[in-house]
Amino acid sequence: MRPRPRLRWTEVVRARAVVLALALAAPAAAEPVPITPAERRSGITFAGPQTQGLQADDTANPGMLFVLDGAQLWQAPAGSAQRACADCHGAAEHSMRGVAARYPAFDAASGAALDLSGRINACRTRHQDAPQLASEEPGLLALAAFVGFQSRGLPLAPPQDPPMAAVRKEGRRLYETRMGQLRLSCAECHDALWANRLGSSPITQGQAGAYPIYRLEWQGLGSLQRRMRACMSGVRAEPFAPGAPEFIALEAYLAERGAGLPVETPGVRP
Amino acid sequence: MTRTLVNVPKTARRGDVVEIRAMIAHPMETGYRNGPDGAAIPRRIIHRFTCTYGGEEVFAADFHPAVGANPYVAFSTVAIESSTLTFTWIEDGGAVHAATAEIAVD
Ligand code: HEC
Ligand code: HEC
Repeated sequence: MRPRPRLRWTEVVRARAVVLALALAAPAAAEPVPITPAERRSGITFAGPQTQGLQADDTANPGMLFVLDGAQLWQAPAGSAQRACADCHGAAEHSMRGVAARYPAFDAASGAALDLSGRINACRTRHQDAPQLASEEPGLLALAAFVGFQSRGLPLAPPQDPPMAAVRKEGRRLYETRMGQLRLSCAECHDALWANRLGSSPITQGQAGAYPIYRLEWQGLGSLQRRMRACMSGVRAEPFAPGAPEFIALEAYLAERGAGLPVETPGVRP
Repeated sequence: MTRTLVNVPKTARRGDVVEIRAMIAHPMETGYRNGPDGAAIPRRIIHRFTCTYGGEEVFAADFHPAVGANPYVAFSTVAIESSTLTFTWIEDGGAVHAATAEIAVD
């Protein structure tokens, strides 16, 4: 077990500065190194037993309330087409099994990568003649949680097609770019300091397979982008806009660096 | 429509102690917060929860503003007869949300 010093957001800067200073003698250690597949760990493994218990028990996991809402929306006719998701996709247990595990994915029609919420919104505009749902809108979170739930337990398996490889490359570049007034990259915390604590909370590997999650601090369900916005605000960077290509690229890289970890939707976090 | 999630064993032996859980999707607005315009957001919480088994109350709780969103309760009762458990959540202003579950006892 590695030691777990407690850091504050600004102290992370100093901790990394020390690492950098030490690294002058051994330059190879200067930049955070990606986590090896064998070391990959879901954020839930860092949580206390109560939080773990909530996530593991479908009758206590508050995220299940949203999954049930999503199940109802799946059946509900929407838009001027008055078609339900189920009219085209049938039983989600079959048609949506494994889908969330391979998102973000490339969408040929728009020539861009879509995350699962973007994909659901694309079906709303293209196939239901309905307006897009805003990010963090309860209906969109509920549908994403319901579709994600159908893949629970399956390993994250990001698609290997060339357009997605390019998106992931961009995501990795962003992930390793210092940002904000604290000049920290995602990698500085989640690749280099993941065994440490920030204040009272553990810094985890920043794995994304549990989203959308029910966060006890939010007292509600939230998307991966909301989580990333919180990290960006934490280093005093201006978060990207909801749905921005930068976020999709980051999501694609997160899926790659978490490949093999199981989908946990709906996760519970402190 | 308010979403509730109740969990009751489908079957039990007479005399068994059975665990019952109930959760409701609810913001539990404390009344102590201000909205973006600075105006106080009125209190709106579930202030009472009850569970009846075969018409008889077996569990009740008063909730206060410190109870977080989507309150969850777990309690136990003794399986007596095959019957219906009725769960009721009463909101400020009097709105009532209800859910039921059956238990078969032999
Ligand atoms: C100063 C350190 C720091 C930086 C920099 C940072 N994060 Fe985080 N991040 C945290 C903390 C603390 C948490 C909450 C506890 C945890 O899960 O690690 C968190 C949580 C997360 C989670 C959720 C993990 C889970 O299991 O729910 C993801 C995903 C994530 N961060 C991604 C990112 C991305 C992408 C960036 C860069 C845009 C980033 N973080 C930058 C500290 C940081
Ligand atoms: C009129 C038929 C229709 C309706 C209604 C519809 N979809 Fe789709 N959906 C499609 C088609 C066709 C595709 C394949 C991609 C494309 O052509 O857009 C698709 C693709 C998807 C995918 C990606 C599947 C994969 O394997 O990558 C998801 C997820 C999805 N839909 C979710 C939904 C949800 C959620 C709803 C309801 C809000 C919905 N769809 C409503 C026709 C529909």
